[in-house]
Amino acid sequence: MPPALAEIVEDFQAITEEQRLEMLLDFSEELPELPARFAEHPDLLEQVVECQTPLFLTIEVEPAGEHKVSLFFSAPPQAPTTRGFASVLAQGLDGLPAADVLAVPDDMPNKLGLTRALTPLRLRGMTAMLGRIKRQVSEQVAAAEA
Amino acid sequence: MALDDFATSHGAPRVARLDVAPSPIFLLRGQSNMSLSIDANPAFAEYAHPERLVSTEWLAANLSAEGLVIVESNEDILLYDTGHIPGAVKVDWHTELNDEDTRDYVDGEGFAALMAAKGISRDSTVVIYGDKSNWWASYALWVFTLFGHEDVRLLDGGRDKWLAEDRVTTREKPSITASSYPVIERDDSVIRAFLPQVLEHFGKPMIDVRSTEEFTGERTHMPAYPEEGTLRGGHIPSAASVPWARAAAEDGTFKSRAELEAIYLDEAGLSAGDDIITYCRIGERSSHTWFALQFLLGFENVRNYDGSWTEWGNAVRVPIVKGIEPGAIPAGFGA
Repeated sequence: MPPALAEIVEDFQAITEEQRLEMLLDFSEELPELPARFAEHPDLLEQVVECQTPLFLTIEVEPAGEHKVSLFFSAPPQAPTTRGFASVLAQGLDGLPAADVLAVPDDMPNKLGLTRALTPLRLRGMTAMLGRIKRQVSEQVAAAEA
Repeated sequence: MALDDFATSHGAPRVARLDVAPSPIFLLRGQSNMSLSIDANPAFAEYAHPERLVSTEWLAANLSAEGLVIVESNEDILLYDTGHIPGAVKVDWHTELNDEDTRDYVDGEGFAALMAAKGISRDSTVVIYGDKSNWWASYALWVFTLFGHEDVRLLDGGRDKWLAEDRVTTREKPSITASSYPVIERDDSVIRAFLPQVLEHFGKPMIDVRSTEEFTGERTHMPAYPEEGTLRGGHIPSAASVPWARAAAEDGTFKSRAELEAIYLDEAGLSAGDDIITYCRIGERSSHTWFALQFLLGFENVRNYDGSWTEWGNAVRVPIVKGIEPGAIPAGFGA
């Protein structure tokens, strides 16, 4: 797991469940706004239909070198849990080489210590968010190298 | 729970209600013994049990009333923490109302401990509100009712209406004075149905409150919600399809009595005195319909089948029907 994401996971694991939920709320408030090029073109974003509340995402990879990845998310304020997890991924993965993003274990969402507090449906939504990010990264790297 | 147990645990002598037969449903009526004034909003007067609803105006005027506990219950466990009605406590359906091991609700001791921790006494007036037109709030209210908590009401329109009216919210967690709450055993016999009882119910009305796509079997989960692993798609034979949100108006409040009667009586074919079972996927959306049938239209025998489609659609040897038609009662079942 990339160091930034591993550190977030460790932070979550070090505290009580109640504190984890508070920290997830903090993350939800730190989710950056979409840049104008996406905010004005929501059609460029992919919906994570597995999430219980509307969550849209897209990524960009640098065309050359390590194909560093940028992540972009959009979710309404009335969906703090979904926003919180998107923000964890944004802070843990943004700016990393594509290979590092692809190496994140698929079950990473289950390691935040929230499997009791959140419903299986919600955890599945988080896993799907990571899965779709990885799929987009693979596709864009393949396109860049083609 | 027997009525006697309730009277004992409740302490004070109850106000005599000679016009009401002492049946278990008695506890659901709770008209004369409520501890806070009823919202006299004329829009509620046409409902069978107007005492079960409060308006945002009423709640705003009663925020600090003695004996009132406001409860927020949402689908999203963090939503309350982003801002809530001043003084409201959070009750999470997943971590607090469900038993952690058995697929069931908490037991009498668990409920008593939860209520005490939230500062709720047996005689508290509890007003519940939540997101999504009170979908989860209705579910919480249904669980409170399993324990016979007498004075429990919904905030009509829920969280969204409160916010839409720019009413005050806070992120400050209320300082809760722990209360004492008696251990009351859950009564599953009046408003809850289990799978064997649904099989015995064939021939009497059932309302499937899921989306049309779930009813027909085109999909086994809510639109825009993830697949939950139900093996069969369709509905319980003979059930009428009335998606739950039809009971709600645009602003999340309940529709008028006339509108509800047009939907449930004229369209779905219910009539006075019917014994009705409602169901959905896990029993939350159907709690909203249960509330409308029980308290707004005044049906006295309405049970919510909380096993719902996640149980029925996976159970061995129970009949299902696909497609938009309710379908016939299967051979060997029903009267």
